[in-house]
Formats: sequence, structure tokens, C-alpha cells
Amino acid sequence: MNTNYQAKKHTEKSIGTSVLRQENHALLLGRGTFVDDIPVKQGTAHAAILRSPHAHAIIKSIETHESKNQDGVFAVITGRDMVVHTDSMKTPVDTPMKHYGLAVDRVRFVGEPVAVVCAKNRYLAENAAEKIQIEYEVLKALVDPIESASDEAPLIHPEMSSNLYSTHHFKHGDPDTAFDKTDDVIDFIIEYPRNSIPPIECFGCVAEYLPETGGYDVISNFPGPFGMQPVMAWALRVAGNKLRLRTPPNCGGNFGTKLCMFPHIVVMCVASKLAGRPVKWLEDRLENLAAANSAQNRITRVIAAHKNSGEVTALKMEHWDDNGAYLRAPMPGPIFRMHGTTTNGYKVQHLDVKMNIVATNKCPSGAVRGFGGPQLYFATERLMQKLSVKLELDPLEVIKKNLISADSFPYRTPAGALYDSGNFQRCLEEGVEKGNLLDLKRNQESARKAGKYYGIGYSTAVEPSQSNMGYITILKSESERKKAGPKDGAVSYVTVSVDSSGSVSVVSESVPQGQGHATVLAQIVSDQLGLKPEEIAVNLELDTAKDAWSIASGNYSSRFAPAIGSAAYAAAVRVREKLASIASSKLNVPISSIEFAEGKIYSKENPDNFTKFYRTAALAHWSPGSLPDGMEPGIRERVAWSAPELDSSNSLGEINSELAYGFAFDFCGVEIDPITYEIRVDRYISAHDCGTILNPAIVDGQVSGSFAAGLGAALYEEFVYDKDGAFFSGSFADYLVATAPEMPKLDIIHCTPSPSPYTLLGAKGIGEGNTYSTPVCIANALADALAVEDIVLPMSPSKVADILLEDEPPPPKQEMQSNLEPISGQSLTGQGSTSIEASPKKIWEFVLDPKKLANLIPGCNELKLVSENNYSAVVNLGVGPIRGIFDAKVSLTDLIEHSEMTLKGGLTGTLGSGSGVGFIKLENTPSGTILHYSYEVTVSGKVASIGGRMLRSAAKILIGQFFNNLGSNFREKNGINFWKWLKKIVSLKK
Amino acid sequence: MKLFKQSAKHSIKFFLNGNQVEGFAEPNLLLSDFLRKEIGATGTHVGCEHGICGACTVKLDGEAIRACLCLAIQVEGRDVVTIEGLADTEGSLGIIQKAFHENFALQCGFCTPGFLTTLDHYLKINPTPTEKELREVYSGNMCRCTGYDEIIRASLEAANELLKIKTLNLK
Repeated sequence: MNTNYQAKKHTEKSIGTSVLRQENHALLLGRGTFVDDIPVKQGTAHAAILRSPHAHAIIKSIETHESKNQDGVFAVITGRDMVVHTDSMKTPVDTPMKHYGLAVDRVRFVGEPVAVVCAKNRYLAENAAEKIQIEYEVLKALVDPIESASDEAPLIHPEMSSNLYSTHHFKHGDPDTAFDKTDDVIDFIIEYPRNSIPPIECFGCVAEYLPETGGYDVISNFPGPFGMQPVMAWALRVAGNKLRLRTPPNCGGNFGTKLCMFPHIVVMCVASKLAGRPVKWLEDRLENLAAANSAQNRITRVIAAHKNSGEVTALKMEHWDDNGAYLRAPMPGPIFRMHGTTTNGYKVQHLDVKMNIVATNKCPSGAVRGFGGPQLYFATERLMQKLSVKLELDPLEVIKKNLISADSFPYRTPAGALYDSGNFQRCLEEGVEKGNLLDLKRNQESARKAGKYYGIGYSTAVEPSQSNMGYITILKSESERKKAGPKDGAVSYVTVSVDSSGSVSVVSESVPQGQGHATVLAQIVSDQLGLKPEEIAVNLELDTAKDAWSIASGNYSSRFAPAIGSAAYAAAVRVREKLASIASSKLNVPISSIEFAEGKIYSKENPDNFTKFYRTAALAHWSPGSLPDGMEPGIRERVAWSAPELDSSNSLGEINSELAYGFAFDFCGVEIDPITYEIRVDRYISAHDCGTILNPAIVDGQVSGSFAAGLGAALYEEFVYDKDGAFFSGSFADYLVATAPEMPKLDIIHCTPSPSPYTLLGAKGIGEGNTYSTPVCIANALADALAVEDIVLPMSPSKVADILLEDEPPPPKQEMQSNLEPISGQSLTGQGSTSIEASPKKIWEFVLDPKKLANLIPGCNELKLVSENNYSAVVNLGVGPIRGIFDAKVSLTDLIEHSEMTLKGGLTGTLGSGSGVGFIKLENTPSGTILHYSYEVTVSGKVASIGGRMLRSAAKILIGQFFNNLGSNFREKNGINFWKWLKKIVSLKK
Repeated sequence: MKLFKQSAKHSIKFFLNGNQVEGFAEPNLLLSDFLRKEIGATGTHVGCEHGICGACTVKLDGEAIRACLCLAIQVEGRDVVTIEGLADTEGSLGIIQKAFHENFALQCGFCTPGFLTTLDHYLKINPTPTEKELREVYSGNMCRCTGYDEIIRASLEAANELLKIKTLNLK
């Protein structure tokens, strides 16, 4: 036998190496199985959702009759049906707010589901959805969280006493004394925008009502946490075991966002019950961007007590966390998940945090990769940059002064988090050196010499991973917590089995979304059993009716490496111990001398004394009688793992919210072109310590993926609402995502690892770090480049222009001021004038004749006179790629005969709605009339969401067409006046 | 031009990855839905249905097009190549696919079909692309998992591999 056997075996461990992914083959051959790829039962209905075009409105009536009577339609479901068949979905906050998944009596955001049509196919369902007639009474929308939180604000949920879902106040340490004794304070407000990381695959589910049990069977790309399973079951009024959730083999990305599909699952379950057949629903992109999910936009006031030397001694923060129109469990989780890390990696001991959990007329908030971290660290890291400017210190020095020292781990933060391990200073040093900060500083110098704006930004981020299920209890009062009973821990399950032919299978509830869990599980298990990773079969499709799962199951909070990794290791060790025990009796050596390698189980002392792995395993199946006394037959080890460090909250609401805490240190150089204001990230360096690295290539993929998302948040991605709550980011032409040419060079540095003492492999999560560190690192670089205090993301060339051109005088006043009351919101305004060869009187008479007026309105065939000066019409209008039929109402007011009039009107249709005012003034001139006009239009619904960027020009064109038609009408009528024409030519020649 | 009756199904015969296939489609059925639902070729994925994300990119008579912006009836008699057609003759990973595998150029794999078909098309026009050129070509393909670096690396490697084979064949 090979004498180098043991040494060789040792180097063959696959953990820590970039084992190629076993997931890839199916995906690369087009054989992946995503939710939409799974064949459905014959007769399955396809659902289309009709959504609200308004941000806030009362539903006065819904008429579904015509829709139901369309060919191929099985059922039409509204909010009223949801109230009959379900209970309002529970949230962690005790709130009277009701949420049924479909709007009941009132809509609260653009895109809110109002009705579901189930039909033979999606095309028919969408057409039938357009036949539903809804009458809305539009209400004032609340978009700004601080305005919404005020006492005067109208209520979004009338059953609530204010627009605050809840408020919380935490004090840790002794912040009051610290503020009394401080050298100085720094006080500022930051805003973090509304964004998400929309995956390329949208939500999808097939729900089937099972009349035989009264239960439901659902297959969907819902990724967990499966704590939402009981929330769905409660809403559907069934026992947990009557709601079977299954996940497909593949999921097309998640980034936290797919958690928010669970209310849609509840709706589709009811739809299936009422349609009497399985119902399949696939979200489209507009639905996804408008209504799936958004990270909370947040306003935070930061007050820091600091020494003149730059050390921060105490922190006060007040957050207005905008959770949108409904609270969907486990919201408002993100702000609480990060509460323990409010002090980031800094040794601040005194903390005072107020949280306002606010409702607005925007898409309900949800989970987005980083789950509360980007918002929080935007505050802490902007603080470090601002403090360095204030004290005229190097920002890196300020960071260093404040970082927790390497000898203080495990470190308890004032808010209760227990940082397991780390060496933040070392990570900084390694980052600076390997990332060549000096080089970046040289770039800055030469760019500034060349007249360019160039800034360097820094940021650090503690990266929490594996959530404690107990953290959500800190939003309850101490007495409520006691009443509800203890909540702590986070259970993860992995099952490792060896079949009768000796091949190994692994099953778990990690519900991967593309990260490569199967590959890493195969690495962990194969290392323990002396096999190759490719010999291990891994199946990660979850079936709640058959698999081991817990409320913590699923894919979120960087859970895989610490939680599933530990459970897999523990399960593999158990299998190993069992096989070792069988082998020891067979080989007649003590268990302690048994080793596994290359498909063999052998004695360490004498490798020639071996048995084949498969033979040993087979014994447990074929001959239970040959097993050591008392041993259970078969080999199937299921481990449920929960770390004791994840304990419950103390009376002050202090809790270790996560198990393993990694660390990231970033810096970057950002250059701004002095003429175009184009923003270019020169170089970006990201240094990470995620403990033991399980698969380096997969770790790098996680870092570069979350970096791309962080860059998007910094420069491109934002859900834009106007002041009326109209939504303007409904396509990928409006909601911008970085593609390959936009990506700057990223240098990833792996610092000397600080393995976690609390996870079995020493691994920590790595999936979220750059969503924390990157937006604020770029913001800090921008602040440095532009020498400004406030940076609001995403930063664009036009925002840079606003900053740099702030002192420029405003554009000259327009010649003609309209006397109109401005419409609130981001309205489209315009004005112009046109000369018409007719007298004001003739024009006046023409415009007041409905038949003639109809000819002037683009897309209008007939104008009906409803009452004096009030008209209605059906118009066919298009904006860019969107064209639809609208009901129009127009009224003429403030008429001054032959001189002035005001036109007010509204449009409603399946593509959205609009309202506007126009003002016309006729000026008598020798050659006829000059018609002056100005207008102001607001638009909401689909047409704004996906045509928003084209609306201004579309409105201009349509209104231009109107007046051109008016002018040409008179020209045609009068015929061409040859002499006038000749005169014109002559005058032009002059 | 052939006229298709509205809301009636029409027979569409075309070549999919070299094999003649037939399916039935209403005139408003998108090529992406037709391939996936009618033909059962689910390798082509739908990400935005407005031509921006690039996930549904397929080759039509050799040109890279968006299957979500094309009607099924438009492919009558024509050649469509999808991700399922990029494997080598034995059905294992083709050269581009192998490069993606070995460079960790995919995570969830949902956008991957579009990247593979885009690259397959582009390398026929430009067999020696630079990194910059590849990034520009991929400006019509969104990936939310990888951050693109691995995709670029894989694409450069695939181009090199294909070039090597071409040179060998010439010899």
C-alpha cells in the first residue's frame, strides 16, 4: 500500500478548494427546472391580477360580471372573497391593520392587487381582467414617511390611530450621561432610497385546493423563511399539515425578495378553491417592480457624541422606516435584525435608538439582500466620513480609532449582539496593503490636477449571518414577550443517508437560489466519508409534507454557511461514526483508529486492514443482524442543529440577533467628469473576513454579486414615486440595473480568517456584505470628490449637476404665467403658443362645438355633451409602446368669451389614469389670433410605470397635435391664400 | 404575406436546433411562450417580456434575437437555435458551456441561456473579442447573481478554445 497514504488523504480535503459546481450541468444544457418549467395538471387555470392604478383610493364599486362571462374564464376573485375565505395575515407587530392579499374597499399603492381572473390561459385571463369595471374615489396619497407619521396626516388604514405601525425606543448603556459629558456632537440626517434587487425570474406558483382534505398543495419559488408557512396556514384557516409547500429544483435568483410572495400564495389558494381547479400564476416584470417588494427607504437622524480626537462615545439615532402600504410578516424585521449591530464594528458603548415604523402609499416593504443593513450602515459610515471632515482627520484614522480591538472577542455590543470572532484592524491593514491604497491616492492626485473631481471613500461593515428567530420579539414590550413565551434559536436540518449500494445522498431545507449549496454540501459530507464530492447526490427541493423543516428553514440572512454547513457537518460525522463503529468490529480495531479515504474504511495503524466503504454501508441494510449490539439498522442521520449562543432577549430588548459575524472593509476611488458629470468608479477594493472559506470561487461569486447590487443601489437602482404616489419605475428601461459595461474593476481580498467558534466549520455568511458596504463607500467617495455634506443615492450625473450648479441663477421666467392652481405631485407641465388664421370669435365658436372639438382631440371619435360645458368621450391613446382606450371627461370653466377658458379633465382606463388642467388665452392680432396655452397633467397607473420617461414628450406631442389640428382646420377651411403665401416667401428671403 | 386568422391556432413548422418541429400557435403568441409551452423547450427563459433583460435571447437564422419580442408565427420555416442546441454532439457541455462551468460564470442560471446564445452568435462575427467588446455585447443581458466578471472570464476562455480548435482544424 501507498506509504504516503495519510499525507495524501489530508491534502485531498475538498473544503477550502474551488470544487466545480454540481448544479451547472443541468442549467447549462437548458435542463434546469424552474417553477414555470414544471408541467401542470390538465385543466389548470392561469391567473392574471388586476391592479390598482391609484396610490390611494376608495373602491366605490367593482363590476366583474362582464369579465366572468368572457370565453375561457373560470373565476374572478376580489377582496370580498378573501374576507369570506381567509383571515387577515398576521404580522409580528400588534396592529389593527388588515391585509388579505387583495384590496378590500380601498387601494393603498399603485400596483396593489384588486382582483384575480382565472382562465384557460394567461392571454385570456389578462384580456378578461380588462373587462372588470372599478369605480375609484381618489384620496390624497402619502409618500414621505415623516409627513405620513405626523398627527395631521390622513389615515392610510382607518382602523389604525396613526400611520405608524409601531414605535420603539431602546436605550443601551447610559447615553444621557455620555451626551452630557461629551466634547462635542455631530448631528445630521440621512436618507436611504427605495430599491430592491429584482431577480431575473419573477414570482411563480401553482396552488391547488384539495377538497378531500380541505387543504392546499402549493409548488412555488417561495424561498422561506418557512416561519411564513404557519402565517399562510392561519390565514387560510387550515392546520399546518394541510398546507403543503414544495419548491422546484431551481430558482432564478431571490436576493431576499421572494419572501414577499407568500401573500400571493394565499390568494392563489383561494382562487383555486373558487375556480375548482389548480391555479398557476406567474408574476410579470411590471408586477414585480411595482408591487412585489422593496427595501425600506429610511430617513435617519444621527446624533453622535464624540471626542475631539475622533472617538465616538455615544450614538443617538431616530429612524423613519418606510414600510409602505401594508406590513407583511416578518416585516418590519430588517430594522430589528440589524439593531444588535447598530454600532457596527465600533466600540461605542452608549446607544439611544428610536424607531418609527411608518405606513405610506407605496409598495409594501420586504426583504432585500442585506435585510436592514444598507440603511443602517449608511448612517454609521457617513458618520465616520463626516466626522473626519469636521475634525480634519484622515477618514481611515477615524475608523481605526473607533474599531473594536482584536483582544475583545467575543464582544457584546451595547444592543446585545455577540460578535463571535474577528480582527478588524488586521483586516484594515491587509486591505490597505493588498488593495494598494497608495496607488488610489496617486490616481486622486493626478485626476485632481487634471481638473477632475476625484474622491476616495471608505466603509466597514460587520456582516451578521444566521438569524436568531428570537430577534423579532424585541419589537414587543417586555410583558408582551413574557405572554408570548420564549423565542430563540434557529433550527437547521440536514439528512445524510447511505443506501444499500453504498452511495451517499444529502437532503436539506436550505432552498438555494443559485448559490451552489449542493456543491458545498457535497464537499462537507464527502470530506468526512473519504469520498469525492461528485459522488454525493444532493437534493434540495423542499416538501413540507415529507422533509424535516423548521420555521428557520429557507434561504435568507446568509444562513447557509453557518447553519446548514454546521448541520451537514454534524450529520456527516454521525454517519461516519456509525460506519466506523461497524467497520471497527469488522476490522477488529478500536473505533479511534478508523480512517476514511478513497472509498475505503481502514485502520490508521495498518492501512492494509481495510473494508470498502460501500460494503460496510451495505451491511446496515442487508444484514441488520451483523451490526454491533443495539445499533439501529440502515444509515440515515438527520441532524437538527441550533446554536446555544442564539438565546432569547433580556428585559431591555438586548439580544444576540445573529450567530456568526463576518467583517468587510472597502475603499474605492470615484471620478466625476467635469463636463458630463459622468460618474466612474476607478477601482473598488473589498476585503472580507468570513471565517473559514468553504469554496473560494463560490465565496468570490457571492462578493461580486452583492457588489453589483451595491453598485446598483449607489448609482442606478431606485423605485421612483411622485408626490401623488404614482409609480415611475415599472420596466427595466426605467428601473436601471448595471450590466457588464457599467461594472468597475473589483479587487476582492480575503483577509486572514477569524473562524467562528460557534459554527461547526468556523464558517460565517458572506452573501450580504457588499450590499452593506458598497453603497455608502461610493457615497463617501462622492462626498469627498464633490466636497459636499449630503449625498442622496442613487447618484446620477443630473444629481451631480444639481449639486455643482446649485449657485447658478434659475432659468429666465417664462413669458406667460398660467393662473392655474398647481396640481400636487410630479406633474407634467408645458406651454406654448400657435398662430391661427382666424379671429378669436371663430376659434371660440369652433372649440365650443363638441362635434368639431372631437376632431381635434387625438384618438377621439366622438365627444358627448353631458351637461353645459361638460363632455365625455372615449379616446384611443398611446405612449411609446403602450396603447389603450380611455374614458375621458372634460369640462370647460372660467370662460371669458372670445378670450380665455380653463379646461379640466380626467382619463381612466385599464392602462392607468390621468388628470389635467389647461388654460387657453386668445390674443387678437392683425393676421388672426395667437393662441397661448399652458397645461399641467398628472398620470398614474401602468402608463406612468412603464411609460414614465416618455410622458413629458408624449404629452407635448399630443397637446401639440391638438393645437396643430386646430390651426390646420382653419387653414384648410380658408384654403391656401396665394398672396399671403407669396408675401411670406418674400419676407423669408429678406 | 400570409394572413393569420385571429384567435385561431395555426400550424407552425420550423427548425429547432437543427430538427424540424411543428407546433400550433395563435397569432398573438410570443415565440418565447411558444417554445416553452407548446414545444416544451423550457431552456429559454423569460425575464422581462420587454426586450431588456436578454434572458430569452435565441438565434433566428443565425441572428441573436429576443424571443419575447417575436411572434411564434414569424418563425415559420426558419431556423431557431436555443440553449438546448449548444451542447456538443454527444449531448455533453459544448465549448462555451464548458467555459461557463469551469469559470463559475453562473449562479442561479436563469439568465444564462441568453448569455450563451448571445456569445455563440457574437463569436461567429468576432472570434477574437477583447474584454471591452464582450462587455459591450453583454450590455443587453442582465445578470443579478454574478457581477459579470466570471462571465467575461468564461467568454474570453471560450473564444480562445474555439480559436484553438479552428487553428487545429485548419492544420
